[in-house]
Amino acid sequence: MSSMEVTNLTREKLRKMFAEGKRFDGRKLDEFRDLKIEFDVSNQAEGSARVRLGKTEVVVGIKLGFGEPYPDSPDKGNLMVSADLLPLASPRFEHGPPGFNAIELPRLVDRAIRASDVINLSDLVIEEGKKVWTVFVDLYPINDDGNLIDAASFGAIAALKKAVLPLLDKDGKIDHKTKSTNPVPLAKDIAPISFSFFKLGDSLILDPTREEQEASEARITFGISTFEGKPMVNSCQKYGEDLFSQEEIEKAMSLLPVKFEEINKKLKSVL
Amino acid sequence: MAVKKDFKRADGRKAEDARPMTAKVGVIPNADGSAMFAFGDTVAIAAVYGPRKLHPQHMQNPTKAVLRCNYDLLSFSVGDRKRPGPNRRAQEISKAIEWALSPVVDLSLFPNTVIDVQIYILQADAGTRTAGINAASMALAQAGIPMTDLVCSIAVGKNDTNLIVDLSKGEEDFEEGEGATDFAVAKPANSSSFSLMQMDGKISPELVPEATKLASKVCEEIYEIQKKTLKDSLLPSEQEKGAKK
Repeated sequence: MSSMEVTNLTREKLRKMFAEGKRFDGRKLDEFRDLKIEFDVSNQAEGSARVRLGKTEVVVGIKLGFGEPYPDSPDKGNLMVSADLLPLASPRFEHGPPGFNAIELPRLVDRAIRASDVINLSDLVIEEGKKVWTVFVDLYPINDDGNLIDAASFGAIAALKKAVLPLLDKDGKIDHKTKSTNPVPLAKDIAPISFSFFKLGDSLILDPTREEQEASEARITFGISTFEGKPMVNSCQKYGEDLFSQEEIEKAMSLLPVKFEEINKKLKSVL
Repeated sequence: MAVKKDFKRADGRKAEDARPMTAKVGVIPNADGSAMFAFGDTVAIAAVYGPRKLHPQHMQNPTKAVLRCNYDLLSFSVGDRKRPGPNRRAQEISKAIEWALSPVVDLSLFPNTVIDVQIYILQADAGTRTAGINAASMALAQAGIPMTDLVCSIAVGKNDTNLIVDLSKGEEDFEEGEGATDFAVAKPANSSSFSLMQMDGKISPELVPEATKLASKVCEEIYEIQKKTLKDSLLPSEQEKGAKK
């Protein structure tokens, strides 16, 4: 039964309930589930975090490795965000070549981080044009109960903020055993995260459960951080066949900084 | 208004100016419908094949046609050669284009079939997906597929704090102040809702609705070009006129 798709009956019920501002679990339309963040999922990682949003759980690990800079940016290190939708996490995930959702998730997290400039890639150069640090941000959903993108983005920045540069041994090789105290160079006051607005009928909801997410007809995800102390939108992507109106964009934009403030406060309290 | 009227751009355009647009339909005779659309140096071509039977059968939808879009860059359309074949960027954009176009196509008329939209970029100078969507929308119309509207697409964005339309590659690589923001938008011409929104950069929440409003305005110009090109393609050519006499 767990793999059954959402029925039309449920979709219609949800459409009506959302229009009245109600949800099955009693939350308000823009209310997040309980957010819990833990660290040190793996002592082998340079930084790691576990995020829970209700029953949704994502673990994020940071690894650092030597890389070659891209030819068009010899003075910059590399950032690589990947995700694997493990069949462990949901009856809907299957082994095999990545589908659209598996491609989109890391790309959205990547763009939110990259465009915010929280990582100054120029600080990751070891030898210009030849050797740089590559920061790997690896996202693994452990249990998918909706809103994976936002949860993964919270986990990614939490893990990054705790990540340290590895030490090098006398031959210049990476020593993954001993942890250094040198943090990965990040802008202190910037913490990019994403918020996804899901649309069903004329209602916009945040942090959907899997059921709510599957019933929805479109999604729009915004990456947001701060620039010179003010909230700054860094990325945006619409998903799905339904459209978003000018009014809905205005509504989302007035809610976005409020939600950002709220989650940011929580993130800061655990970092 | 967030647009600075007197803001001068490197190529002499005003903030609200798109690059010169050119369009043509029927560029691929084999296709059921085809079109070219260019913003300055960015040139996209699109071909539509279908509706035709969809194989394998399990991919068919018994209630409607499947709209299948494929977007990619030709290897020599960019500075460093692009490895042929779709990468993850192209796959993401292809899907986004499907969602951008599908709201206007009456897919319910052709159950169990597929409508293939193939979009390729011949020459890239930023704004490739927007040019591709404009071409694809015209190609669908030329293919005679029932549509409720045309889809128009434009990138709006910013250089530092200045809101600008249709960024060139040079403007996309701008790094001073708040840097560059590129915000690709598509909408059915006669609707105030958006079917594609993809952005990265730095833009304040208050400015996002201003940017989409600006995009809507420019889409009106694109719509006129698309309509005129499609209509003109139905007029007898000079040759045909001569033959009749």
